[in-house]
Amino acid sequence: MSLLVLADHHDGHLDDATASVIAAAQQIAEHAGGDIDLLVAGENIDSIAEAAAKLDGVTRVRVADNAVYAHQLAEPLADLLVSLADDYAYVLTSASTNGKNVLPRLAALKDVSQLSEVMAVDSADTFKRPIYAGNAIATVQSDDALKVMTIRTTAFDAVSQGNSAPVEAVDTVVDNALSSFVDEELAKSERPELGGAKVVVSGGRGMGNGENFKMLEGIADKLGAALGASRAAVDAGFVPNDYQVGQTGKIVAPELYIAVGISGAIQHLAGMKDSKVIVAINKDEDAPIFQVADYGLVGDLFEILPELESKL
Amino acid sequence: MKVLVAVKRVIDYNVKIRVKTDHSDVDLTNVKMAMNPFCEIAVEEAVRLKEQGVATEVVAVSIGPKAAQEQLRTALALGADRAIHIETDERVESLAVAKLLKKVIDEEQPQLTILGKQAIDTDNNQTGQMLAALTGQPQGTFASKLEVQDDKLQITREIDGGLQRLELSLPAIVTTDLRLNEPRYAKLPDIMKAKKKPLETKSPADLGVEVASKVSLLKVETPAERKGGIKVGSVDELVDKLKNEAKVL
Ligand SMILES: Cc1cc2nc3c(=O)[nH]c(=O)nc-3n(C[C@H](O)[C@H](O)[C@H](O)COP(=O)(O)OP(=O)(O)OC[C@H]3O[C@@H](n4cnc5c(N)ncnc54)[C@H](O)[C@@H]3O)c2cc1C
Ligand SMILES: Nc1ncnc2c1ncn2[C@@H]1O[C@H](COP(=O)(O)O)[C@@H](O)[C@H]1O
Repeated sequence: MSLLVLADHHDGHLDDATASVIAAAQQIAEHAGGDIDLLVAGENIDSIAEAAAKLDGVTRVRVADNAVYAHQLAEPLADLLVSLADDYAYVLTSASTNGKNVLPRLAALKDVSQLSEVMAVDSADTFKRPIYAGNAIATVQSDDALKVMTIRTTAFDAVSQGNSAPVEAVDTVVDNALSSFVDEELAKSERPELGGAKVVVSGGRGMGNGENFKMLEGIADKLGAALGASRAAVDAGFVPNDYQVGQTGKIVAPELYIAVGISGAIQHLAGMKDSKVIVAINKDEDAPIFQVADYGLVGDLFEILPELESKL
Repeated sequence: MKVLVAVKRVIDYNVKIRVKTDHSDVDLTNVKMAMNPFCEIAVEEAVRLKEQGVATEVVAVSIGPKAAQEQLRTALALGADRAIHIETDERVESLAVAKLLKKVIDEEQPQLTILGKQAIDTDNNQTGQMLAALTGQPQGTFASKLEVQDDKLQITREIDGGLQRLELSLPAIVTTDLRLNEPRYAKLPDIMKAKKKPLETKSPADLGVEVASKVSLLKVETPAERKGGIKVGSVDELVDKLKNEAKVL
């Protein structure tokens, strides 16, 4: 009843998300037993495999290093997973855009369902997951022989690093005539990654324009925070798409979330209401964001932000 | 080229949901329903392709109860040419939806099939990827831009780190993200005209697909409510609270 976890990585680094997926896998293994193998697929990924081997709870790291797996295209990755899946009862990865892209394709190729954004493990076959933008929590039971799921990483505490799991090469090479990589525009930032940051400072439509986000950057610099945004701010072109927090963007659960000029639509709340402490800054005292904020400050953000930056 | 779009009837995105008292599911009685917002974006993109002369015909498909015909009529009013309703009152999971859509693709042979990236009720984000697997087609998920060039599709995808551009062979499956386009509203004359456009009804049995799933829904609960906190009067008070009460600074 072994488990296979697909590692998330980019730019030669293993993503923190994977350590949380291993934690979910450990919880499943407590009920179902079995080894936890971690698959690292990509091109020139030795350093990632090395980092992966350090994660506690990993039985073995399997490395598929080939040009066809570069850029994590869904078609070859799903085929690779299909070739390995017979040895496993579970295949898991994080609910990243990559996980969401690849795992349903694997599931359908194996004629099984997929469970998205699993947030709790009740037993070997019963799990909890959010539906309706997190306004309801469903408990679902899967009788599929192979259980394929993406994990909501904010719901599981990352495993520590002290392991030295064996690393083995996987020689399977698949072809891909369906899709090819052209290029990508990836945000280069010195800031922590949004999904795993301890502090997140987000701006909404109230910021007015992209230039004004510099005011949030000043605060984020002082707090070592990641920057986020509402959909409205992304749609208006203030900030890139990867800033979007919410039901259909990124899910975050930092120690501190500061929402500035964000009204608090349910789709936004879905992405941040599990934060430990929420601060809202909004000039409308009736804005719904105040209903979830631990500390609300009513006022004009253009006056509040400079003062806040100077006092931090 | 022919374009197929899949549209789902879901709860209107503005509605605050209620869980049934017996915890069997979410209560949808007398709740406003609508086309899934990501499917509106899918329909809009298909219609624009037709307006650009790239698409020759747009076919909308929906799987669900009789009432899902309302969403198909909306798709027709927005510019789809005809509609296919696969009628069932059962809960149809993404895998079964993908199997049904595959049958439709086998019959219709579209060059491009556009779905939403996610249905806002189940929040699954699976069907397009599954359909691509079952048809052996490439998948361009979370699209914010697409362009048909001869027998290829250039697609820009919204991914966690930013944007990724891919080239896919056709036929292909695409799922829409929020920035792909801004859907138009249906105009009254178009709504009237849509009533006369062809809408064909089938059953899952007609297509030879078993919709039962191996995943059962045991229970639906309301999550723990977050308690609202306090309003502070000044930046100083805020900083003090964050330092000394919440201890997060
Ligand atoms: C299918 C779908 C998916 C969606 N997914 C997401 C998602 O993932 N994430 C998301 O965020 N949204 C999402 N939305 C959009 C969501 O419904 C809201 O439209 C959006 O969150 C609103 O963003 P906002 O709060 O920035 O803008 P608004 O609602 O316009 O709020 C702006 C706020 O700024 C305040 N303000 C203005 N000026 C000032 C000032 N000078 N000082 C202080 N305050 C000021 C105003 O009082 C107001 O409360 C989705 C919607 C749909 C239909
Ligand atoms: N019952 C359905 N009928 C038609 N299309 C559907 C149905 N369910 C899902 N889809 C399509 O698949 C997309 C993603 O849904 P999901 O994978 O369930 O989140 C939706 O936006 C639709 O385009």
